[in-house]
Amino acid sequence: MSVPWGTQLMAQLPASLPTQLTGHHVVLAAARPGGPSCLEANDWICGEYVRTRSQELLDATLQHIGITAASVVIGLLIAFPLALIARRWRAAAGPVLGLTTVLYTVPSLAMFALLTPVFGVSVSVVVTGLVLYSLTILVRNILAGLEAVPGEVREAARGMGYGSLRLLFGVELPLAIPALVAGLRIATVSTVAMTTIGSVVGYGGLGNLIASGMEGFFKAEVLTASVLCVLLALVADLLLLALQRLLTPWTRTQARARSRARRAARVTKAVA
Amino acid sequence: MDAITGAWQWLTSAANWAGEKGVWHRLGEHVQLSAVCLVISCLIALPVALWLGHIGKGGTLAVNLSNVGRAVPTFAVLVLLTLSPLGKQGEWPTVIALVLFAIPPLLTNAYLGMREADRDVVEAARGMGMSGPQLLLRVELPLAYPLIMTGLRSATVQVVATATLAALAGGGGLGRIITAGFGNYDTPQVVAGAVLVAVLALTVEGALILADRLFDPMRGRRRRTRGRGRRGGRGDDAVAIGKPA
Repeated sequence: MSVPWGTQLMAQLPASLPTQLTGHHVVLAAARPGGPSCLEANDWICGEYVRTRSQELLDATLQHIGITAASVVIGLLIAFPLALIARRWRAAAGPVLGLTTVLYTVPSLAMFALLTPVFGVSVSVVVTGLVLYSLTILVRNILAGLEAVPGEVREAARGMGYGSLRLLFGVELPLAIPALVAGLRIATVSTVAMTTIGSVVGYGGLGNLIASGMEGFFKAEVLTASVLCVLLALVADLLLLALQRLLTPWTRTQARARSRARRAARVTKAVA
Repeated sequence: MDAITGAWQWLTSAANWAGEKGVWHRLGEHVQLSAVCLVISCLIALPVALWLGHIGKGGTLAVNLSNVGRAVPTFAVLVLLTLSPLGKQGEWPTVIALVLFAIPPLLTNAYLGMREADRDVVEAARGMGMSGPQLLLRVELPLAYPLIMTGLRSATVQVVATATLAALAGGGGLGRIITAGFGNYDTPQVVAGAVLVAVLALTVEGALILADRLFDPMRGRRRRTRGRGRRGGRGDDAVAIGKPA
């Protein structure tokens, strides 16, 4: 599928076409009344490519979203207990943070290559690699969020009879959500970008299109897939931001109250 | 376990280390490419960041740059540059891609370092009659040193990792051993190449941490005044701003 359409078209053109016309653009212009096709010209931007290959693009995008979502969700499920362990036992914090940082330093191509003998050539290689990368950011951010919970709040909750489990999920976790979502956004955006490298084992979502476009020297395929990839990262980032606003309504009322107070102060000053 | 013994055999056979496709040649390519790109990025990013930090402008640019850098896939940029007219100019597409991805961590960290230099200290120095350049070189730069080094470290890790990806777009370097292994379904070679890349990345990171400690202009003094908390905090900055490739 990596051969540009124009090449295939050229092969199918009947030999009876006027041969005195030189240059394949002219030949194609004769074959199609709509002018030279952007596929034939191998343009960077090509609406025809998007139209004719929409199914392929959709499949690649869905695979991309699936790999990213699975990696981030699994990463979050592993990072949360790791952060709790690092908080509970000080001695464990150093090794946990150190190990995740070492994993972060390993280049993604090497990470996928090292995981290949473990999982074979499969989607698990890509997801596992991406989970390991996301751990670094998620563990640190969850830990920072939990540690930033004011001591008085914790004391007050305990005084109200909160057990440690209810304290964690009812008080500390909600207060840590801004830090957690900040980490989740960084992890998601970099995971979307890194999923493309999964194309070395054939599971790279839009990265597969970039790789096949490179082999076939198909500019429209590469550019379209790259742009979709960046858009995907932006959309994911905005969705997570919206999720945070939804989950932490109190930060908005606080901000509103603060700005109202400021406005009131300004008014008083103006009156005085 | 087969893969480990296979990779060990691959790594211990002398034939794989010699010649045009051998480890030594690929390692040389990798290190040379990384070093050249790192120097170019420092020459571009650091003066800009120090100047912006000194005059206190361009904060949004510095922060947004690193966010954009994170969202753009390295692989896509490498391939796009290879397919562009630049692709016929030998190693230029790779060099440009590496420089593009090394600039955001350098610029952002150096800028933040300059801005976070204790304003009271800077004001005091100004009050003592220090001129702009003196202020920059003797006060702000030493105070910004930890974050500048953090930026340098994450840029270096980034460059070494991106240089590995250059192999996907037909470039040289150690990544070539991995991609060649994938191409031949030669798992031992894939694992051996991956081990070499990982060892190189970790060695470079370790060497930079060591250099950071050795060349700190405020060595000893900073630790005494601020305690260990400051040093411990550095890794967090690196992670928050860096981006794996």
